[in-house]
Amino acid sequence: MPPELGLFLRFQVQRHLSAALRRPGDIFNPLVFFLMVVTLFPLGLGPDPEVLADFAPGIVWVVALLSSLTVSSRLFQADYEDGTLEQLALAPHPLALAAMSEVLSHWLLSGVVLALASPVFAAMLNMPVQAIPTLMLSLVLGTLCLSLTGAIGAALTVGLRRGGVLLSLLTIPLTVPVLIFGVGAVREAALGYDPSGWLALLGALAAGGLVLAPLAAAAGLRISLEL
Amino acid sequence: MWTFVHKMGSPPWFYRFATIVIRWLLPTVLLALLAGSVWGLLYAPPDFRQGNSYRIIYIHVPAAVVALAGYYVMAIAGLVSLVWKIKMADTAMRAVAPVGAALTFVALVTGAIWGKPTWGAWWVWDARITSMLILFFLYLGVMALFEAYDDKAAAAKACAVLSLVGTVNIPIIYKSVDWWYSLHQPASIKFTGESAIDASMLYPLLLMIGAFYGLFALLVLLNMKAELLGTHRQSAWLRSELR
Repeated sequence: MPPELGLFLRFQVQRHLSAALRRPGDIFNPLVFFLMVVTLFPLGLGPDPEVLADFAPGIVWVVALLSSLTVSSRLFQADYEDGTLEQLALAPHPLALAAMSEVLSHWLLSGVVLALASPVFAAMLNMPVQAIPTLMLSLVLGTLCLSLTGAIGAALTVGLRRGGVLLSLLTIPLTVPVLIFGVGAVREAALGYDPSGWLALLGALAAGGLVLAPLAAAAGLRISLEL
Repeated sequence: MWTFVHKMGSPPWFYRFATIVIRWLLPTVLLALLAGSVWGLLYAPPDFRQGNSYRIIYIHVPAAVVALAGYYVMAIAGLVSLVWKIKMADTAMRAVAPVGAALTFVALVTGAIWGKPTWGAWWVWDARITSMLILFFLYLGVMALFEAYDDKAAAAKACAVLSLVGTVNIPIIYKSVDWWYSLHQPASIKFTGESAIDASMLYPLLLMIGAFYGLFALLVLLNMKAELLGTHRQSAWLRSELR
């Protein structure tokens, strides 16, 4: 990457992060959502710790997927509304890079935070302790994939009035592999086996997505901006 | 060859071409569907384990095969419309989505009907069924995205991007669902006698698959014609065409 592009990416990420940090509520709300939905599962499934431990990898991952989706509907919204996105599209720097910066900062603030908080949820659901490092690692990699997929959906729906539900409809089918690989890794670790195969698949998805998804998101943004 | 492709990009040419093709395709498809159904439902031998209930294969498998191929047709049309900005490719992409979704739905419903006597349950979380369900969602997503845009030119572009993203993702989804299935290890569910299908059952099946491809092409062409009638209703060429 030419140095000025790296600089551009860094500035953009810094801009998003500092804007987000001025509204800390937006960072904590997804966590509260996560906590609430995790609370619903014992209420629905019954408090039996064995049952919960059995379902824990699936529960944590499905909730992570949902909370990542709800957040990603706002992904390009602020920049779209105040016209920054149009300026970025007209700038000489590739729009894909701007989209990538948006995804990366979104991931740092939602996915990574979620992964850091996930041991608490794992403990609430009685997940075996040896699975927790795998859970965190799989969430770090997996939420990056989810943010990237969400970015494509968000880019295509940013200009639409009722984009929220549509976004879920568009992105949920695309996130199926992430869920399968993520739950696979955690389940494997909970049973005491080596989860590195599943984690490698997640990593491959994240790496491939990081290359391709910003291009698709940029194409979607150009359509939404009518450029 | 290239002049033909260029001509197909123009609505009047395409309209006339589609009219001629439909005139031939419609009777052929009807005949093939009728022949395949009669052959498959009445003359093919019953399966030694499933008896007559396997005969739904003559609807189920063709629908599933064509539904999957339809997604690729849609994505290729989307790619053509994004790269070469050919309007008819947009129309083709739009026309494929509901047909593909309907075929996927048919495959899912016939699968459920077939599953009841064979597996004892309407719905089983088998890898292939789950993949088909996700394919159905992908089609629905494209259709919903198209509906959501007011500007239909932008809608077509957005759908093209989405279907291309889906195309990249479909092999990954299929592979991951396969692994998920082997991870869960459900007991005792096997497709019986599918790998070693006898010629007396295979030939009607192949005929039905061919007929369904024809049906798909026919429905897409009819859909595209209907679309052209809507968008070009003010044009002189269409008026003279209809006279």
